[in-house]
Amino acid sequence: MHQVNFDLSLEEISKIEGAAALDLSVKDGRVTKCQFKITEYKRFYTQAIKGKAAVAAPALLARICGTCSNAHILAAIKAVENALQITPSPQTLSLRHLVNNGLIIRDHALHLYIFSLPDLFNQDSLLDFDENDPQQHQLLHDAFQVKDAGNQLSILAGGRSVHAPYPMVGGFIKFPDPAATAKVIGLLKSARPAVERLIKVFAAWPQTQSQTIPYLAYIDGRIKSSDGLDIAEKDYRSHLQKKQLDYSQASAYTYKVGGYMTGALARLNLAPNPPAPFPSKNVYHNNLAQAVEILQAIDDSIAILQKTTFKPEKPLSTSGGSGDGIGVIEAPRGILYHHLTIKDNVIADAEILVPTGQNQLNIESDIKILVDQKLQHTGSENSATPGVELKKQLAHEIEVLVRAYDPCMSCAAHFLKINWLPARK
Amino acid sequence: MAKLTAGWFTFTCCEDSTILFTEILNTHWQEWTKAIDFKYAKTLRNSKGIGPMDIAFVEGAISSASQAEKLKQIRELSKTLVAIGACAVTGQPSAQRNQFTTEQLEAIKPILERFSYNEKVQRLDEIVKVDFSVPGCPMDEAKFIELINKLCIKSTLI
Repeated sequence: MHQVNFDLSLEEISKIEGAAALDLSVKDGRVTKCQFKITEYKRFYTQAIKGKAAVAAPALLARICGTCSNAHILAAIKAVENALQITPSPQTLSLRHLVNNGLIIRDHALHLYIFSLPDLFNQDSLLDFDENDPQQHQLLHDAFQVKDAGNQLSILAGGRSVHAPYPMVGGFIKFPDPAATAKVIGLLKSARPAVERLIKVFAAWPQTQSQTIPYLAYIDGRIKSSDGLDIAEKDYRSHLQKKQLDYSQASAYTYKVGGYMTGALARLNLAPNPPAPFPSKNVYHNNLAQAVEILQAIDDSIAILQKTTFKPEKPLSTSGGSGDGIGVIEAPRGILYHHLTIKDNVIADAEILVPTGQNQLNIESDIKILVDQKLQHTGSENSATPGVELKKQLAHEIEVLVRAYDPCMSCAAHFLKINWLPARK
Repeated sequence: MAKLTAGWFTFTCCEDSTILFTEILNTHWQEWTKAIDFKYAKTLRNSKGIGPMDIAFVEGAISSASQAEKLKQIRELSKTLVAIGACAVTGQPSAQRNQFTTEQLEAIKPILERFSYNEKVQRLDEIVKVDFSVPGCPMDEAKFIELINKLCIKSTLI
């Protein structure tokens, strides 16, 4: 056994959405403490939403998170409509699908190009890529082209890529015009070769770490898991247990006996006929899965935009009332669950589960596995103070692993209902 | 001419303006990166510590003493400080707990105590001098581009 003892503290993990930190302790060559901490300060949205008009809830709840704002709008609209028994039109569903596709393209592209790609080229930042290296030059330019295509699709369908102003309870207030639609189709088509290059880059990345956990995704209106679960969205919450972590500002969740994964990798693993190498247990394939999903969202959006002429439709009016509604969607990072209780047109209660909260325990568990494996392969030095180089390497590899999950801390830290144990003095 | 050094920092907020900033870069990155070194920007790079800078863009409201200290440090290190987005400029919506009822405050009290939150959420100019503001939720895109042009692009091209 290696006699390695050290503490490692990452105060600010870079190139992720929001603030997270890690405390790690190693004793006698084994990890004895591994705490992945979401350090984003709360804004108490599930408390603040109480007493607000139900029809205003989507726009307010969007402010939980900038990057996933349009996903929160779509999930909250669905929850309000389910509570008030409003059935949206086929055109509305089609436009919402485009809003989500725009989000998938621009958000996955932000993660893959800006956050993760520098890891593959041993660069600190995409902006440091070498313009004289043909591949790096190409990828640098691809990054902004693909992001722009997703951004313009989001603007076309939703009015903006952040806090989209067009989608409402009951429908949309503005519709894509033919000239703008044709322009976006052109941008999506032009971005396609860049995404194919991106897929090749992540497919060739040899980084591997195998998982033994269930994958959960919302597919064709059902919550499905790799261990055989197939349930309605309204039953999802009853299959999860909330776990309080006294060191993190976010709640974690368990499914059956422990952690699980939601997100692009889970979606491709549970898809009917996924492209190779899916289904995969390699956590780093979450990056590849996102790249594949960008291409799918581009092709899907081109097909919808080419066959549809959008006509102005007044949003369905609601006579209001009371009810309980659940809205589940697949956000870029995985299953997003909004449960809203409405009394006399006003929000009485809210519970929201975001992908990063659901992945939190598994991120922690994967970090522990990574460090344990790394320590087993560090040779037989009997040093009580491991080299600076080892800690530096570990810090980097842990960040790369965390980035593979594409966690979003703004989302994760919105919660209210936490029962803390008394603070330790 | 030497590039200007800039930092992009976020406190309590949803980071919508950070996201919008990365989308604005889609069409401005070539022009801006010639004039500006985004040296301290956790979204774009693994910035170790912080140092003197020409411009600090600060998004979000201030929730705790540690955030206030960090903001003061950023102010001391920057020649120009720009408040970005509604939370930094007005405090809202991150400051919504300032208007909570006694019952709502009681419900969130354990979290405020455990993680040493300040009693009130503050906008930036309640703590430091703010030189320019780009309001909006998210920030007003046109005003941000106008300000960058005024502060960075024109000043380096002269």
